[in-house]
Amino acid sequence: MIEFELNGESVASASEADTPLLWVVRDELNLKGTKFGCGIAKCGACTVHIDGVATRSCITPVSDVAGRAVTTIEGLATDAGKALQRAWVDEQVPQCGYCQSGQIMQAADLLENNPRPTDEQITAAMNGNLCRCMAYTRIRKAIKVAAGGEGA
Amino acid sequence: MAMRADNIQSTVSRRTFLAGSVGASLIMGLGVVLPGCSREEAVIELANDAASRSFAPTVWFEIGSDGGILINVAKAEMGQHVGTALARVIADELGADWDDIDIKYVDSDPQWGYMVTGGSWSVFTTFEMLSQAGAAGRTILRDAGASLLGADPADCTVEDSKVAAHGEQVSFAEIVQKGDISRTFSAQELGALPLKPASERRFIGQATQALDIPAKTTGQAVYGIDVELPGMVFAHPLIPPTRYGSTINSIDDAAARQIPGYLQTLVLTDPSEVLQGWAVVIAEDYASAMKAAEAVAVDWEPGPTANVSEADLLAEGAKLVADKSSGVLFVNDGDVAAARADAVTTYSATYTTGTVLHFTLEPANAIVEFIDGRCHIHSGNQWQSLILPILAKSLGLEEADIVIHQYYLGGGFGRRLWGDAMIPAALAAQELGKPVKIVFQRGDDSRFDCVRSPSVQQFDASFDMGGGLTGIEHAAAAGWPSLTMAAFFLGDAVDGNGKYDGFSINGSDHWYTLENHRVRAINNDLAQRTFLPGWLRAVGPGWTGWGVESFMDELAGIAGQDPIEFRLARLDGAGKNTGEVPQSVGGAMRLAAVLRDVRDRSGWGREMPQGEALGVAVCAGQERTMPTWIACVVQVAVDKENKSVKVRKIWQSIDCGTVVHPDGAMAQAEGAILWGLSLALHEGASFVDGQVSQRNLDTYTPLRMADVPELDIVFMDSTEFPTGLGEPPLIPVAPAVGNAIFAASGIRVRDLPIRLA
Repeated sequence: MIEFELNGESVASASEADTPLLWVVRDELNLKGTKFGCGIAKCGACTVHIDGVATRSCITPVSDVAGRAVTTIEGLATDAGKALQRAWVDEQVPQCGYCQSGQIMQAADLLENNPRPTDEQITAAMNGNLCRCMAYTRIRKAIKVAAGGEGA
Repeated sequence: MAMRADNIQSTVSRRTFLAGSVGASLIMGLGVVLPGCSREEAVIELANDAASRSFAPTVWFEIGSDGGILINVAKAEMGQHVGTALARVIADELGADWDDIDIKYVDSDPQWGYMVTGGSWSVFTTFEMLSQAGAAGRTILRDAGASLLGADPADCTVEDSKVAAHGEQVSFAEIVQKGDISRTFSAQELGALPLKPASERRFIGQATQALDIPAKTTGQAVYGIDVELPGMVFAHPLIPPTRYGSTINSIDDAAARQIPGYLQTLVLTDPSEVLQGWAVVIAEDYASAMKAAEAVAVDWEPGPTANVSEADLLAEGAKLVADKSSGVLFVNDGDVAAARADAVTTYSATYTTGTVLHFTLEPANAIVEFIDGRCHIHSGNQWQSLILPILAKSLGLEEADIVIHQYYLGGGFGRRLWGDAMIPAALAAQELGKPVKIVFQRGDDSRFDCVRSPSVQQFDASFDMGGGLTGIEHAAAAGWPSLTMAAFFLGDAVDGNGKYDGFSINGSDHWYTLENHRVRAINNDLAQRTFLPGWLRAVGPGWTGWGVESFMDELAGIAGQDPIEFRLARLDGAGKNTGEVPQSVGGAMRLAAVLRDVRDRSGWGREMPQGEALGVAVCAGQERTMPTWIACVVQVAVDKENKSVKVRKIWQSIDCGTVVHPDGAMAQAEGAILWGLSLALHEGASFVDGQVSQRNLDTYTPLRMADVPELDIVFMDSTEFPTGLGEPPLIPVAPAVGNAIFAASGIRVRDLPIRLA
């Protein structure tokens, strides 16, 4: 059994050590908010926080998180995270919505480390997150709103 | 007859509207009351969803005794917030308080009529019907409320879910609680009901938030891939080397048997022949299924197209367009041959587009279980009515014994118009006698995609002595989606020589007035045999527009005229371009109006920095019967030395008639424009050995945040009939980019995706 903390609760996984964290979270621990997109860490739909750092769960073996703290969209409770979720509604960001858990988790990591990012810093942080509906202008705007930099 | 938006519209009209109290609710629906069926029986069946019906009802909405209004949505929610838009139409006419509204996405029960979400049709095809349903509901509630108030119905107002007269009011909730309301309206009566004038609308055209958005910010929105069923096993596809004609010689799963969780490998025999040469790995969990799929060795006998390349497909297209005897006529105005014979000079150009993928971020998936002989499929889908008969054939069942349950779609873009991913899960579930969930990994999703076909278009223009344009012949060759997936959609050629796929030629019948104009629609048979051509966002006009609007720019250059003035001179609204009431009233003059608007807003003609220029293109949406008038200007910077293009800004002026949900419309325009830019500059796949070779984001590279230019989008004020919006803003972007590149650098690009290097 591999033990770790998930959204503040102690959990244990019976999966093989090399099982991607994504499938442990989704199918074994039944939190479906984290999404499967590309499987090669290039779309960001599977982004979770491991010890607070945005990480692609589709290529992270579950053994890597033994004894560590994993946060998914369902457990996002930081001030920045909550501000982002509010801004995502206020700015009407999601279209199909499938990438948005990952977008918000990536943006939460950004604002945790850089509460007032510039446009360039937002682009650098978010460029690895694909939005197939291409709601990029609203993602950028909502990050600024959540950061208190625009429209707040 | 081709099945177009106007036909789809008529399939859901001519029905009786019926309302009745059932239990504690007021149910309102449309349907056909059959002979021998009383109104009371019909109401009960309306509520009970009875299997053997003397009334075929469609319950559009119901009002509970608490005043809650549930609106049923028979369209797929894939990012366009369609449920919100359709509910706004009903709620506005009904006189509802928006806070009372809830929506539900329904399954594939036959009561919903023809189920398709595509073609940017949703608002266009349902606006009138839903408006009438809402108005009928308002009339019923007003009359019942008037009775409770002791007032004359004519003195009552209906607003905010209340009926009011003379300073007194009664809520919809009270009316439902107290009234025994049963009423019917015939189709004629429905049609005669007064609809609100645009000036009295409370919701249509007003700001609101989309109902599906909050759940999409917390991880709570449920997509098809999120569904689980007790006792289910996972399936992982083993996809053959060609779409058609591959057969399995042998399977060796010895290595897979060492993997914990691996159960077996199933060879699938599909009587519908949609799947050919298929097998699936079955495992207890998906991670094991992925590993086992790697470990299973399948020896296939490949089908006949195992060596086909992208170059082969384009070469076949080029051969076809050059052969004047190929294809069938889609447009034949005037006498192009005579114009050609009389021509003093001629000019020809050929444009191509390469293969592109849908790449829905939620990969293909389906969860299937059999309960008491009925097949229940859980999968986000755009065209339930298309795949149901195919599933019935695959499974040896009646269509009535198959139900498709709807979920949010993690992207549609046309991929989920074809529910073929349901078939392997259904066949496996049928064979194993337990629920099966299939999930495609990205590479398999791309290999199994019904891609947008590569295309080749040739244009031949004729000029008179003075250099005046006298005729254009346009030939377009591609794989045709409808030919394989929906043959009933094929239209009859104007020369009577066969059929064409409107979804592979629409847009060539543009709104420029040309005395002599001929369009040949040509099926690229090699494409048809090699892969399954798909409907991809903006469909036919998404690539015919590349040719039409690039060639118009070339012709303007030959004429020595400004590209906008050259276009405006031909957008005169004459002849067939005058438009029709209600859907295209104003005709080409509305296209001219958006073109002037975008010209003025973009500062067309102004001095530009070195290496930068503006380019223009227009479109009229998906079909002439449902035109969305759009003009687009793009500002590019071209670095000739480094062979690079930077798009700085995109302007669009859009006239889609009445806009129901303004912010949702803006979001669709933003997304569609960036899709257009992504297809122009960033995306591109190619066939190698019979399959697409770019299968994941390491080699297939859609536009990212860093690539987003400034967007300046304006919707024209209009109360005309609403047309479509989810796709059309995509269409003019690529040609406007290409035309801007020419203006900036003198380099004429004729192939998509654009690669200067």
